[in-house]
Amino acid sequence: MKYIDEYRDAALVKKYLDEIHSVTKHDWTIMEICGGQTHVIMKYGIDQLLPKQINFLHGPGCPVCVTPLEMIDKAIEIASRKEVIFCSYGDMLRVPGSHKDLFTVKSEGGQIKIVYSPLDAVKIAKVNPDKKVVFFAIGFETTAPANAMAVHHAHELGLKNFSVLVSHVTVPPAISAILDSPNNRVQGFVAAGHVCSVMGYNEYLPIAEKYKLPIVVSGFEPVDLLQGVLMLVQQLEAGKYKVENQYSRSVLADGNIAAKQMINKIFKVADRKWRGIGTIPMSGYILRDEFTVYDAEKVFKDVADIKTEEPKECISGLILQGIKKPVDCEAFGKQCTPTHPLGATMVSSEGTCAAYYNYGRFNS
Amino acid sequence: MCLGIPGKIVEKFEEDGMQMAVVDFGGAKNKICLEYIPDAKVGDYTIVHVGFGISILNEAEANETIGYIEEIKRLSNEMGDQS
Repeated sequence: MKYIDEYRDAALVKKYLDEIHSVTKHDWTIMEICGGQTHVIMKYGIDQLLPKQINFLHGPGCPVCVTPLEMIDKAIEIASRKEVIFCSYGDMLRVPGSHKDLFTVKSEGGQIKIVYSPLDAVKIAKVNPDKKVVFFAIGFETTAPANAMAVHHAHELGLKNFSVLVSHVTVPPAISAILDSPNNRVQGFVAAGHVCSVMGYNEYLPIAEKYKLPIVVSGFEPVDLLQGVLMLVQQLEAGKYKVENQYSRSVLADGNIAAKQMINKIFKVADRKWRGIGTIPMSGYILRDEFTVYDAEKVFKDVADIKTEEPKECISGLILQGIKKPVDCEAFGKQCTPTHPLGATMVSSEGTCAAYYNYGRFNS
Repeated sequence: MCLGIPGKIVEKFEEDGMQMAVVDFGGAKNKICLEYIPDAKVGDYTIVHVGFGISILNEAEANETIGYIEEIKRLSNEMGDQS
């Protein structure tokens, strides 16, 4: 298919690899942010084809992985109620809460619907006026416009039985948190092309300037990622630290203005908790005051009291920050597998541990 | 969920006061919301995230990615010839 096949062309991939091998002279540690990119890197063996001097770390851009355990427990509590139809993106159902997951709630009779778009949840609310319909509004800047539109649309339709359980995070504060860590090793970032399709890349300019570190916005096909890596290595070898846009067929400097306006209409920026990492200041969205009637945590007031401790045995927090790799974990591939995950990075189809497991990266 | 997929817009219509479209993802068709890319036309390719078009793909820019490697090879050869 157009816009896919040409970016998977083996001859073109080979040309990019040859060029990367020829320009790489020093050791570099780089990080891709997005879990979707992590999977492409593993699936196509890009990590194994790059020069040995390039160490690829994998960032926190997996929405399922960074949704706090506390929010999963709140979702489970709400979804267990008889008067509720709980709607969610499919990947959230297998994420273990403190005691069970949403699939278990479904097997116990809970009304849980997997939706493709948040607008489907609004439709479910429209045709079920006697039920309280709750949508699990999680994710990064890519899902924020869709989730914001669901609230806007429910408001337009005057629905009184629709609410959202919001756990929204944003990429730039996470990049800053990683770079501020005393353990940081990252020297350059491959930024997420779809997050930037929505938000643009202007907000990355002060980060590149402050930390003197190059950032290349990249797409998701093998040729995109290799071109992104090449542009990054070219900058690193030349001592440059610019923000460049490899994914120009989709990303504009200002992003999608209409989508950003809707995000700002419905949400405001606030501190958010990240699973395995903790609270990062001003790192996500909550509903604006005028839309709190759609806030599931207000509609179901008692869930606000649910406070959860993260289990200690899973090192997903360190993996999400690029401090450890899955192979550094003793449980990886043994007690912890996609069928019996200990933590979110193994559960999600976009998680780093799942990518390492599925594509056979069992040795460092 | 964060996986955006390119698809071709094959039909536009309105539903519940919203601009919608049918998009063809290499054979599989799905309904998406066009509110964030209102200028999209039938025949355009869009990146779709959780049922929403978030960008219209730019063909000229797409060809540049494909041509980028040839361009840097040409430039490095020219610089090699000069040295």
